[in-house]
Amino acid sequence: MRSGRPRRPEAGESVSTRRAGAHLRTPALFLTPAFVVIALFFVLPAVVTVFLSLTDLSARTMTNPTFVGLANYEYILSSRWTPIVVRNTVLYVTLTLAFNVVMGLALAVSTSLLPDRIGNGLRLLWLLPRITSPVIYVLIWQALLAPAPFGLVGNLMGISRNVVNAHPWPTVILANGLIGASLGMLIFTAAIRSIPRDLFHASAVDGATTWQTVRRVVLPLMRWPIMFVTAYQTLSLLASFEYILLLTNGGPGFYTTEVWSLWAYKEAFQSYVGNVEFGLGAAMAAVLVVVGIVASLVYLRVFRFDELLSRPKVEVN
Amino acid sequence: MPLRPRAWWLVLLLLAAITVPIVVGYLWIVIGSFNTRVHGITPVGEWTLENWRFLGERLGRRPSIWTALLNTLLFAGGVSLLVVTVSAMAAYAISRLSFPGRGWFLGLVLVLHAFPAVSLLIASYYVLRVMGLFDSLVGVVLVMTSFMMPFGIWLLKGFFDNISWEMEMAALVVGASRWRIFRTIALPLVRPGLFALAVFTFLVAWGEFILPYTFIVSGRTWTLSIYLQSMLGDFERADYGLVAAVGLFYVLPAVAVFLVGQRYLLDMYFGGSKG
Repeated sequence: MRSGRPRRPEAGESVSTRRAGAHLRTPALFLTPAFVVIALFFVLPAVVTVFLSLTDLSARTMTNPTFVGLANYEYILSSRWTPIVVRNTVLYVTLTLAFNVVMGLALAVSTSLLPDRIGNGLRLLWLLPRITSPVIYVLIWQALLAPAPFGLVGNLMGISRNVVNAHPWPTVILANGLIGASLGMLIFTAAIRSIPRDLFHASAVDGATTWQTVRRVVLPLMRWPIMFVTAYQTLSLLASFEYILLLTNGGPGFYTTEVWSLWAYKEAFQSYVGNVEFGLGAAMAAVLVVVGIVASLVYLRVFRFDELLSRPKVEVN
Repeated sequence: MPLRPRAWWLVLLLLAAITVPIVVGYLWIVIGSFNTRVHGITPVGEWTLENWRFLGERLGRRPSIWTALLNTLLFAGGVSLLVVTVSAMAAYAISRLSFPGRGWFLGLVLVLHAFPAVSLLIASYYVLRVMGLFDSLVGVVLVMTSFMMPFGIWLLKGFFDNISWEMEMAALVVGASRWRIFRTIALPLVRPGLFALAVFTFLVAWGEFILPYTFIVSGRTWTLSIYLQSMLGDFERADYGLVAAVGLFYVLPAVAVFLVGQRYLLDMYFGGSKG
């Protein structure tokens, strides 16, 4: 940031403003595209979300929506599905997150114990679900969990029904967990690699076994990365619904695996009665938007700039 | 890693065991796509190429698979190109130029990176409608670009921070413009970062489902993810050999790009160059 504002201009006012303009021209040239993208697809939609949530915009009122104040929010508060959806969301986020962190940690530590080539190969295999399109990934799940005699899992477990319908929650958690685990794996592996080698040598000289080294040296140093993954994935899981949409679409039956973000999406884009409720969907999304903004601001504080910048360079779903 | 225990092959055995399901899943696609009938992953029908008939004919009212393939290429290529270009410019500015609000902008980028952009889907739909970009590839490309850009800026800023400043300094002294320095000196130096971001973005966009599914309606604009999704359904009735073949057709280009680009990706993931 530049220190010191320009002196208050007197006679040479035009000169000094021209100079300030010239100074800003280069940064403006470089930053304009990014600014346009941010303005059009982050700032504007965030404002539009709040605005839409105060209207009764739907397929029927598309051309002529009315301002309804907080009616959509009141509906959400009074709906009998709300407690179920909230419970589902909490269940989904916590269980998937727990799986992600534990599995990611296990994968990172265990692949680090192996020769580099083998470790890297295994990590690439675990990255496959992340790289594969969600549609293909879900296709594989549905095929393996298909009813007897087609599905492998059903055949092995002796379940003749479709396993997705028989055990919707384990399916949803595991399917999302396998994707999320690879993110934890990447971040924890990078963190393990950045541990100074002296520490390992010192611990070996002291006669520590591998398990002791992992427990006393590696795991304590993973505290920060674990916090980071937890914070990050809580937020992204809260808003993610792609895999649930494809796997169960909130079913089987009514609201069995419906989470908040999926509920919002379905209100706005899918409807059994043919009347999609944008206003209501926007109100549900607005809750997520507000939570998202607040949480990411808090994260920015907790994980300070410099920390964040030396931290993972990995995208999160 | 000086952490290797003597019995590391035991660890390998354990890891291999939990990795088997992943391998089995992908194996199913391959086996299923060349068979008339598969139980589990055991072919019980005949080996056949019949499942690949979608290459030559249109299935039901779906567009030709080649249309969908072309759209997916345009979509993923467009997103990749746009994200790399826009991010590189912004990242260079943050890394090298001094301007008022620089710290603020960096904070904004980080907040946007953590912010779950999917929650803006409903409003984005409305914005695209108003802009006349609904049901067009350009519209989805733009929204997808916005999703990936914060990560891109952040990643490339790290790469720019790490290249030496001296050549640029020399060029500045000689009187080259910033834009020229950016194009001819800085960009070539961060090429690994640009490649990594390009490959990564391409792969994510190639697989992207929810954006095309929400913002595209007409068949002529379908991407492969919508094409494949339209075939998923009741297992008893759907022709899963056919679905598997389409899935394999869809995943192969991604695997190819992944294998070619893995060196850059690993670099990005494991900090081959710090950032």
